[in-house]
Amino acid sequence: MKHKISVTVNGAAREAEVESRLLLVHFIRENLRLTGTHIGCDTSHCGVCTVLLDGQPVKSCTLLAVQADGCSVSTVEGLEQGGKLHPVQEAFTEKHALQCGFCTPGMLMTCSALLERNKKPSEEEIRQAISGNLCRCTGYLNIVKAVQHAAEKMA
Amino acid sequence: MIPAPFDYHRPGTLDEAIGLLARYGDQAKVLAGGMSLLPTLKLRLGSYAHLVDINRIPGLEYVKEEKGWLRIGAGTRQSALERSELVKTKYPLLADAIPLIADPLVRNRGTIGGNIANGDPANDWPAIVIALGAELVAKGRGGERTIPASRFYKGLFVTDLKADEILTEVRIPAPAGQSGGAYRKLKRKTGDYAVVAVAVQLALGKGGAVERAGVALTNVGPTPTDAVAAAKFLTGKTLDEKTIAEASKLAAAAGSPSGDRRGSSEYKREMTRVLAGRALKAALERAGRT
Repeated sequence: MKHKISVTVNGAAREAEVESRLLLVHFIRENLRLTGTHIGCDTSHCGVCTVLLDGQPVKSCTLLAVQADGCSVSTVEGLEQGGKLHPVQEAFTEKHALQCGFCTPGMLMTCSALLERNKKPSEEEIRQAISGNLCRCTGYLNIVKAVQHAAEKMA
Repeated sequence: MIPAPFDYHRPGTLDEAIGLLARYGDQAKVLAGGMSLLPTLKLRLGSYAHLVDINRIPGLEYVKEEKGWLRIGAGTRQSALERSELVKTKYPLLADAIPLIADPLVRNRGTIGGNIANGDPANDWPAIVIALGAELVAKGRGGERTIPASRFYKGLFVTDLKADEILTEVRIPAPAGQSGGAYRKLKRKTGDYAVVAVAVQLALGKGGAVERAGVALTNVGPTPTDAVAAAKFLTGKTLDEKTIAEASKLAAAAGSPSGDRRGSSEYKREMTRVLAGRALKAALERAGRT
């Protein structure tokens, strides 16, 4: 069974005909060729596939593409605006919040959504917010610092 | 991982959804938040020819107090409940439990109705609604009916819902007089299911004796466990260290955990006893404050 879907991805309208079982992450990576969104555990634990669905961070490996029909999806490629990195992206580079970088796209999406809703999150609130995004390199310390740094930049 | 092929339906009304469930019977499955269903399909632990997506049906997402009940629409996301001031201020058992369910991203999609109707004894809401003495509202071709949460679970992944019925609302008795609840959960890491968890709700009468007690357990048997003997023992008593210790033992005895990678059955039984004691103490303390 095929479905015609229209999804606004990083601000641009995209239309496609997709199979019922196509996962949102595969739609993003393979149909749209936006490979910044990663696939890790593929079982909704690790969070590397995090995208924003109508502004909320969700795991795109655990959603069907057809469920995003009529919705807006933001991926890591959409964070940069007019050639300028998002303050969270800048803060991640300045505070060394990544080593291998595999978790970074998902981490950035979760953290940017957190800062939309909470302008000055505490360390505890940041750690809670990213508890569904696993990082095996940094021990989270520099990620927390980066989010606090980004909050200052955005103030 | 890619699920086996299925047909996807997106009804715009509840009646339309019920019609689809009636037409396809056990070949159909309701897709709510999908946080358990999608992994099940991807891992091919189960497959259905038809998914009925209820996410676009209006009127299933709400939290309100009305006529002595907290009424929660079955499609309400866990994260919406987590942020609800009403829940945070008046329902300590829920305020304890919701932030411990899965992780924040999963809670952005996962619904209360899905967590309950999935029939998984490892899910947290089943024990919560049993301890609270909640009622579940289901709608099918035959109309609407109300099922006490304590009678909803029939077996592993088997509930009282008929093939054409959809869970539409959860009704929790609003706290009256001196009452308090608590949820204590042991888990290895964020996102994991409970090793064990205990839900307690207490209502105290004049003089501080227990008027009503609800004690229920997560993940210690094929269904969520209603620790009836513990609740019965507590009723009418004024609680102290000794009675709490005795009730905790009775709660632990109600479970029938099997050993797995989360621990041996002996360990889980002992942890049930410990967590029951902690939940009872917290619930009592909170009831005393109201």
